[in-house]
Amino acid sequence: MLTLNNQSNYIRKELMIKLLKSFFEGKLEQEIDRIPIDMNPKDSSTYRCCIYKDRAMIRYRIMALLGVSIEKEDNEYKPLKEYLNEALDRKNIDRPVMTVLDTACSSCRKVAYTITDACRGCLARPCSTNCPFGAISFINGHAQIDSDLCRNCGKCKDLCPFNAIIHTPVPCEESCPVGAVSRDDHGRMCIDYEKCISCGRCGRSCPFGAVMERSQIIDVASHIKNGTQLTAILAPSVIGQFPGSLKQTIAAVKAAGFNVLLDVADGAETTAKLEAEEFTEQQAEGKLLATSCCPAWVEAAEKHIDKMRDFVSSTKTPMYYTAETAKKLYPYNKIVFIGPCTAKKNEALRDSSVDYVLNFEELGAFFIARGIDVNDCSEKEFDNNTAGFQARAFAAAGGVAAAVESNLDAEVRKVFKPFGVDGLSRKNINLLKTAAAGKLPYNMIEVMSCEGGCICGPGVISNPKIVKKKLDKYKEETA
Amino acid sequence: MKKETGTGKIDVTICTGTTCYVMGASDLLTLEETLPEKILNRVNITGTTCLNLCKNKEDKPPFVMVNEKIISKANLESVKKAIQQELSGEKNANAE
Repeated sequence: MLTLNNQSNYIRKELMIKLLKSFFEGKLEQEIDRIPIDMNPKDSSTYRCCIYKDRAMIRYRIMALLGVSIEKEDNEYKPLKEYLNEALDRKNIDRPVMTVLDTACSSCRKVAYTITDACRGCLARPCSTNCPFGAISFINGHAQIDSDLCRNCGKCKDLCPFNAIIHTPVPCEESCPVGAVSRDDHGRMCIDYEKCISCGRCGRSCPFGAVMERSQIIDVASHIKNGTQLTAILAPSVIGQFPGSLKQTIAAVKAAGFNVLLDVADGAETTAKLEAEEFTEQQAEGKLLATSCCPAWVEAAEKHIDKMRDFVSSTKTPMYYTAETAKKLYPYNKIVFIGPCTAKKNEALRDSSVDYVLNFEELGAFFIARGIDVNDCSEKEFDNNTAGFQARAFAAAGGVAAAVESNLDAEVRKVFKPFGVDGLSRKNINLLKTAAAGKLPYNMIEVMSCEGGCICGPGVISNPKIVKKKLDKYKEETA
Repeated sequence: MKKETGTGKIDVTICTGTTCYVMGASDLLTLEETLPEKILNRVNITGTTCLNLCKNKEDKPPFVMVNEKIISKANLESVKKAIQQELSGEKNANAE
């Protein structure tokens, strides 16, 4: 996974801010097709082969930010202005959540192992002797890998006494926990959406920024501009995502154009309570219970771990319950969930009254585009109950299991044996398969698709270390 | 104002205005944890609300000031480098 801040997401954020700023100034239609040139003017330094390719990539990035599925592009002549107008006209959001900028993909090597010049062509030749696929031969006293035969097992690398063989991973493929990433005929990345769980890992790991989320910023911005009444529901992980206090962030969100603001941590309290009841029932039958608040995990269980389906809690997510409250309180408002998550976009389409999903990065772009500095905002409260620490702590790994535990009766609490799966990796998917087969000595499994929990999600702005400090402070304040 | 060399601390001011924060300043707030104690004793790290540097279109956020020097598009490494430069500058001044 790439670091939180890098050049690729810097450009994405710059573009988002540019688009929104120009949109609110009423100039986007005239300006949008100039942005690729404005971002890469004549004589500017380039990242790729030439400025023309850089400009072309900016065009595709803008398309993803307008919510376009780039794979479906069938008219390369089409100006961005037309894509913008289509985005402004659309009434509904559709799947998939991610999109691949295939021309930005650098078609990473198929064979992940390279024999370097450090190969001495030794006599023992453990690499070729032990290759299970007969893929290594010697040419002019130098080992060579036949890319048609190599299966990327890595044995040669482990056995070479000179460390002459290096592993060059394909980041998107390696990061996908469910094998949904493959290559087309040109070696370029493509996603099998039947397998994809919308966890957002590929987007976060591609060093070329060739995978992006299809953003909904333009949909939300146009509602703000048209004066639609909007209810924003804010994920528990909002804590520490912006400078200043949480209450100042609340004020900033309102200033950005959202009329009502609800704390999803309030819904988290409902989730914890109901999941505790469910655990008590499951426990009585000697059955395992797995948490259901992480939508990427729920989708992984459904699509990839047959036996796990019966164990995933039927309790709905904090987003679901909060959206339900929002609908009851303000039935005619459009509901926008704002969080750190990519998979929530999928959940919103599947099972809730949420109309749009933004991430914190996108919310930050709204602030900047509208000239709002959180530090300058006076403090405001949520329009629903402010949740206690336990519900807020849903945002960090371990927090959900702890909240469920605190809702259990004393007797049941004694037999509560939780296990945390912190991050969906291939290894952890296998571990969960073992758990589903009843082979682990635990009765409650908390699963977070992102390592560290929601505060480390693909849409966060803030360094998790800083967020943890703010979460601790919140604990003191609400104790 | 001339700084007292040798004894004076180096001022590191991290802008945490919303623009700088969104563009990457949260990483910079971990600076204190990443500096060795020897250097930590000689710097004075503070956060500040918007320095108004983002209004200048030439430079890019996040911004950090190391004494009088402005670092644009700052990251932990560029800030550390600037601190080192200030420290060796002081050393030279002392030697003279």
